[in-house]
Amino acid sequence: MTSRASLAAQLRVDRRGGFALDVAFEAPPGITILFGPSGAGKSTILGAIAGLITPTSGRVALGDDVWLDTSAAIDRPIHRRKVAFVFQSLALFPHLSAIDNVIYGMDRALKSGQKRARAAALLARLRVGHLAARRPPTFSGGEAQRVALARAFAMDPRIVLFDEPFSAMDRELRRELHRDLRAFVAELGVPMIHVTHDRDEARALGDRVILLQKGRIAAVGSVDELLPAEPREDVS
Amino acid sequence: MASAPLLLSFEVAIAATIIAAIVGVALAAWLANSRFPGRDLVDVLLTAPMVLPPTVLGYYLLVSIGRNSLIGAAFEHVTGSTIVFTRTGAIVAATVGAIPIVVKSSRAALEGVDPILIHAARTLGATPARAFLTVQLPLAMRGITAALMLAFARSLGDFGVTLMIAGDIPGETQTASLAIYDAIQAHRDADALGLAAVLTAIAVTMLYGANRLAAPRA
Repeated sequence: MTSRASLAAQLRVDRRGGFALDVAFEAPPGITILFGPSGAGKSTILGAIAGLITPTSGRVALGDDVWLDTSAAIDRPIHRRKVAFVFQSLALFPHLSAIDNVIYGMDRALKSGQKRARAAALLARLRVGHLAARRPPTFSGGEAQRVALARAFAMDPRIVLFDEPFSAMDRELRRELHRDLRAFVAELGVPMIHVTHDRDEARALGDRVILLQKGRIAAVGSVDELLPAEPREDVS
Repeated sequence: MASAPLLLSFEVAIAATIIAAIVGVALAAWLANSRFPGRDLVDVLLTAPMVLPPTVLGYYLLVSIGRNSLIGAAFEHVTGSTIVFTRTGAIVAATVGAIPIVVKSSRAALEGVDPILIHAARTLGATPARAFLTVQLPLAMRGITAALMLAFARSLGDFGVTLMIAGDIPGETQTASLAIYDAIQAHRDADALGLAAVLTAIAVTMLYGANRLAAPRA
């Protein structure tokens, strides 16, 4: 499934009330951190890449595959983009068991037994195999995050988008999940865009950083360059 | 107490609730999930039967499905029977009263589902129809079931519209509500009391059930 294609996005979003997003960037395979304060437009960018938001104008392409081009009236439907989107609220389906959540996004051509076996293996790999038959409302925060991760990677995504899903977690749990996440992204060889305003998380995960401010890109570079480590007591 | 009108009322109410469930939930989904000019007007027209006098509603129905109407004539041509003054007419009358209840409450239930869950389904590869059937509809099911219970209670008790388009034909269109009216006119107080008690018990049970379903889960 490794395509090694980069994501190229050029997006402009005009809103009533004056807010405008105007960005152009590339995200190669690996983890790109979208870093910036609340209201900078980070989630809007993810929404536009996934197709949840239609920008006023723009173009989104993965390699040669164009998903959106407003000048050519191309706008591929959300369900045909194969985007693994992990929302801040995780958005696990509360009426489905963990395993059925994971199966939901899998290739529907697969046989039911194959899907079940794969979903069980993914849950086990993320150390939540014991939750397979249980429903999300009974999960702890960390458990829900692992199930959401399993669901995102079960769909064989062409690109992975994370909208601060780890914001409410303790440091140790976060470190474990960062390891899992890096391993999955490396295996898949796809671009991943991870939104955060947490410097430590950005440093722990990112290969490269896009700094966003008031709807515009302020800088692009490596994490060490743009987000140097801060003294321990000064946690953002 | 005569049981024929009660049995007929059940038959009519069950048929009306099934039709209202299919038509009403489809309309509610359309209103909840699409943005189009005139959406509010469509909502008003669909829910107007809740507030229109039964005679006005009955008049419109007589005009639109009576023997001389296009629909009425076509129905008679195909089935050999009219819609008005038959059991079909009684079902139409009950359905027209039930649909607004189903639309209004189902729409609220469908709109109450967190849109992020529907977005999640779409990014996981679900078409809009699959996201609706596998995520939005199941999560709105408690509210929709409550709506259907109210619609059933409403269908069971229709009087005015049924009288206008189905008449009061014993054994054919005389439902329990109409039979109560007849019993009072004929001073058959015991019959009226018996039927009234049964209809009240059902209505109260349905309301209680609907309230339980609509309440937030503990």
